Amino acid sequence: MATEKQNSTTVPTGDTLVDRLKVLIHSVLSNRRCAVGLTLLTPIVILTVLAPIIAPYNPTETHMGAQLASPGGKFLLGTDHLGRDLFSRVLYGGRSSLLLGVTSTGLAMSMGVPIGVFSGYIGGRVDELIMRLMDTLMSIPSLLLALLIVAMMGPGLFNAVIAIATVYTPRIARVVRSSTLSVKQEEFIRAAEARGESRLYICFREILPNISSPVIVEGSIRVGFAILTGASLSFLGLGTQPPTPDWGYMISTAYDHLWSTIWYWLWPSVWLGATILGFNLLGDGLRDVLDPRVEESKVM
Amino acid sequence: MHVSNRYLAKRLVYIILNLILISIIVFGITTVLPGNAAETILGRYATPEKVSTLERELGLDQPIYIQYIDWLSSFLTGSWGTSFQHNRPVFDLIVTRGARSLYLAVITLATITSISIPLGIIAAVYHDSKIDFGITGVSYLGISVPEFVTGTGLLVVFAGPVFGVFPAGGYTSISDGGIRQWLSHIVLPVTTLTILSIAHLMRLTRTEMVDILKSDYIRTARLKGLDEKTVVLKHAVRNGLMPTVTLLAMSLGSLMGGIVVVEEVFAYPGLGRLIVDSVTHRDVPVLQASILLVAFVYTFANLAADIVYTYLNPRISYGGSAR
Repeated sequence: MATEKQNSTTVPTGDTLVDRLKVLIHSVLSNRRCAVGLTLLTPIVILTVLAPIIAPYNPTETHMGAQLASPGGKFLLGTDHLGRDLFSRVLYGGRSSLLLGVTSTGLAMSMGVPIGVFSGYIGGRVDELIMRLMDTLMSIPSLLLALLIVAMMGPGLFNAVIAIATVYTPRIARVVRSSTLSVKQEEFIRAAEARGESRLYICFREILPNISSPVIVEGSIRVGFAILTGASLSFLGLGTQPPTPDWGYMISTAYDHLWSTIWYWLWPSVWLGATILGFNLLGDGLRDVLDPRVEESKVM
Repeated sequence: MHVSNRYLAKRLVYIILNLILISIIVFGITTVLPGNAAETILGRYATPEKVSTLERELGLDQPIYIQYIDWLSSFLTGSWGTSFQHNRPVFDLIVTRGARSLYLAVITLATITSISIPLGIIAAVYHDSKIDFGITGVSYLGISVPEFVTGTGLLVVFAGPVFGVFPAGGYTSISDGGIRQWLSHIVLPVTTLTILSIAHLMRLTRTEMVDILKSDYIRTARLKGLDEKTVVLKHAVRNGLMPTVTLLAMSLGSLMGGIVVVEEVFAYPGLGRLIVDSVTHRDVPVLQASILLVAFVYTFANLAADIVYTYLNPRISYGGSAR
């Protein structure tokens, strides 16, 4: 039973790493959620990266006499209250959101995963001490801790990344630890201990592959949440600072002109929602592909 | 399952240590805030003499640990200082604002628990069917669209010129405008928060239940000939809800964050709006007290969740020292 579980963690067929990778890519692409997620994310990422080439106007260039214009004509998606081209601003606005989502999640995972696995496996006093510290950080709700850190460091994109990574590290560590605790009791861990494997080996070669599914789900969902939290900070005026375009900040200024035009509010909202949706779908799809226990759901 | 008294006592000691640590974090962060409190009160053009006099009055010339002890002891005795911005006692301010946020939190919690857990279980039982697809699809939208977008969208639809059933924002107390007025200001914020949290909790319940329904002991229960209803409700739900209980307490944190944003959207004068205002205006006494209070509430919610978790899962025993 235990060995069966262990073996099926890796993608079954194929001998070389390249073969396995091919199988993995194939199953990722044939998963519906992954496919929808990637369909949403690919154009967004491409458009965001190529913003300087595609954008028809400079995102901070104002056009007097063309304020709050409706879509069509000179401005594809209309203009904002200062007559800036919304299409260009939405394209450039993705840069800060994507950058923030990926870097803050990466930073949080690189701290949270080792902490969680190590703490859960070692157990005892060390585990208790580490988890107390994590609990303390988690006793302050995430957005409030982020607000507190931003209040300390000052508003801005870089400070928002630090704040969000700090906020998510203990959360990731806790999820990873609880998965570790359940895997820890499995027989193959005792077998590895009997073989005399080192703690480091057991943590990263025995436990980590067997909790890869919660780790991947956690990571992918965190990217979406990180973008969301970052956008919330910007909405409150504490994230990315003007005149740099940012979806959250655009929505907050559009809010003041809600009764004059709906377009100003609509575009950044749609792009922000689609991006977060894309990451969430991708994360769940990856889970279906990588989790050996839910073979059947691959069709979905 | 009996939760041992020793475990509870131990937990309480930890909670006190935890709260002290939180107070150090909050005090630490707010003390190194750029900008001196005395300068903030007197404005940028104050003379240095005036600043130093006020610093002495506020105790800002004392060593940092004395400032911390003074601050903590006055916090514990209920004298939370005076708000720089509102020029009112912080305690009064937080009690008034906090009560308004509490209405939002309690109503939202009741709504989401009664909707999301059953929906999550249904989605897991009819895994991969059209029902699951529909529920999951809607939950994806709910989880992906930020609360300030949902809130603004609801404003446009239900408080706009076309279909203006609800006020666009603000607050009226029951004593001022009666229960109808009060409710009309609460409906849209609560709906926004519910959309946000339902998706969150339902998705987690579903994920957990799908895993459990595929596990060996459920297969065994089915092979034993038990009917599907017993298998799902008696065997699976009990285990599936364990993480959900913890997650419910954890989603209280995201709910509190959501309240901050939603209050900003609906100009609802609650604690969340107070906190955002004090971040932008560097109203340190308000920031310290309100965040400490929120952390306090959240800590006790997590304790409650832990106790329920222990009760539901006999395998996890916090009482012994073997762990």
